[in-house]
Amino acid sequence: MSKEEIREIIYNIIKDIAPDEDLSNLDDSGTIRDQIELDSMDFLDIVLELRKRYKVDVPEEDYPKLATINGCVEYLEPKLKGACVS
Amino acid sequence: MSYDVVIIGAGMSGLAAGIRLAYYEKKVCILENHSRPGGLNSFYNLQGRQFDVGLHAITNYVKKGTKNKPLPKLFKQLKLKHEDFALREQKSSEISFPDMSLFFTNDFKIFEQEILDKFPSQKDNFSNLCKEISRCDELNLNSTPVSAREVVSSFITDPLLVEMLFCPLSYYGSAKEDDMDFDQFVIMFKSIFMEGFSRPETGVRQIINVLLKKYKACGGELRLKSGVKQINSHNGKVKSITLENGNVLETKKILSSAGYVETMRLTGEKIQPENGRIGKLSFVETIYVLDREPSELGMDKSIIFYNDSKKFLYRKPEDMVDLSSGVICCPNNFFFDNNPSEGMIRTTHIANFDLWDNPSSNDYRAKKILWQKKSLEKICTITPDFTSSIVFTDMFTPKTIKRFTGHLNGAVYGSPLKIKNGITPVENLFICGTDQGFMGIIGAMLSGISMANLHAMN
Repeated sequence: MSKEEIREIIYNIIKDIAPDEDLSNLDDSGTIRDQIELDSMDFLDIVLELRKRYKVDVPEEDYPKLATINGCVEYLEPKLKGACVS
Repeated sequence: MSYDVVIIGAGMSGLAAGIRLAYYEKKVCILENHSRPGGLNSFYNLQGRQFDVGLHAITNYVKKGTKNKPLPKLFKQLKLKHEDFALREQKSSEISFPDMSLFFTNDFKIFEQEILDKFPSQKDNFSNLCKEISRCDELNLNSTPVSAREVVSSFITDPLLVEMLFCPLSYYGSAKEDDMDFDQFVIMFKSIFMEGFSRPETGVRQIINVLLKKYKACGGELRLKSGVKQINSHNGKVKSITLENGNVLETKKILSSAGYVETMRLTGEKIQPENGRIGKLSFVETIYVLDREPSELGMDKSIIFYNDSKKFLYRKPEDMVDLSSGVICCPNNFFFDNNPSEGMIRTTHIANFDLWDNPSSNDYRAKKILWQKKSLEKICTITPDFTSSIVFTDMFTPKTIKRFTGHLNGAVYGSPLKIKNGITPVENLFICGTDQGFMGIIGAMLSGISMANLHAMN
């Protein structure tokens, strides 16, 4: 999966978890939770959706690495190598 | 059979936990002792009529689109829509004390204005209490309990107002006699006054059916009439669960909504001391079906919380029932799309479990009739007299509650000591629901969700 594809799957997951949030102005380098209303329960759902959709396990100590969209992409790229967008 | 998680109890917390776990692909099974799900909030049919048990009104109502409140959080977590519960708002409710009443709706400003008008000296005090309530992180799983009576009395200096605030909040969710933990008080205050009351269009079965459908669609398994005989552990760690019928289910984890003491008894590891952990508060509830809309008789409130003296006592009574206070709920007085076909009034009082548990069956029936009559007389001093409109009456007692919920002492709100983080001395055995401590129907579901998220997703 390319960086751009990974970025897109993250956006899709957030869109599903928080359908009322406007993501068009989201800054990929800024903390996601500072920009849109996402509580800790919602954040957990990002992790759980990654597991459900792409079989990626994110251990709890790595959660801080998912704080920004860019962080998510960096963190997930090696894990999603070879995976396809479904 | 082997599961990732077995959940004990198909009540609101168990079903919500089940949905979360099944949605995220855990192999999960919910065990329910009874032939019907719902737990403390269930339903039954009698003589062609449908009745709800437990639910008067659902607290925590906020309109669709409201953010950051328990109700929308719940819908997000369960992947449900606001419309799914078909919630209809209350008309108005009242806290009724001698020579003083406070009127409230789902608009908090009206309640603030009431307090301003009726307790002008408390204007700033009440506003400071509200600030304290807004500041409180009541869902923190690691906070230490503080007496709500102490905190509230440190703000509100008129004792009558303190009693009037405690009356509805205690009745709708306190497992503690004559006090609450401040966290609990905050949960209840927000859920009743700052958010509000609603009822599902078709009663509690609407919610149970939505939860069941979702749970099954996610691949969850539900076993009804499957009482648990024993939780089997090895080296202090959950291993399997033995059902009343002798079947053994292997499981990695257990989430139990059966109550803390009740659950620990199933493990065979008795906790010492048990006593302070068993709740004492139980209730009698009577359902009256009327031949007309209660509003035609002048009963236009959704819910009335009454107390007949200046001091509100919330404790196990000396007598079988304490008529000095109670809740009168009129399920007709909500903004429904289709009005219920018959009028209905439901009344609740605090009752003494031991005195109801003891009598022989003949005496039990006679006592039910006696107390129902006494209760009706009392209620009709608070509401317009509806006696001549009654076409059907049914009553349940602490004994009924014990039988259907398994809660020791028929304690509706469970143990006065909550296990907020859900952790028990047995590894991989966790508590959710009433004894975890998020109260009300929405609270119960959030309890199941939080405990599933915290303990069973890995």
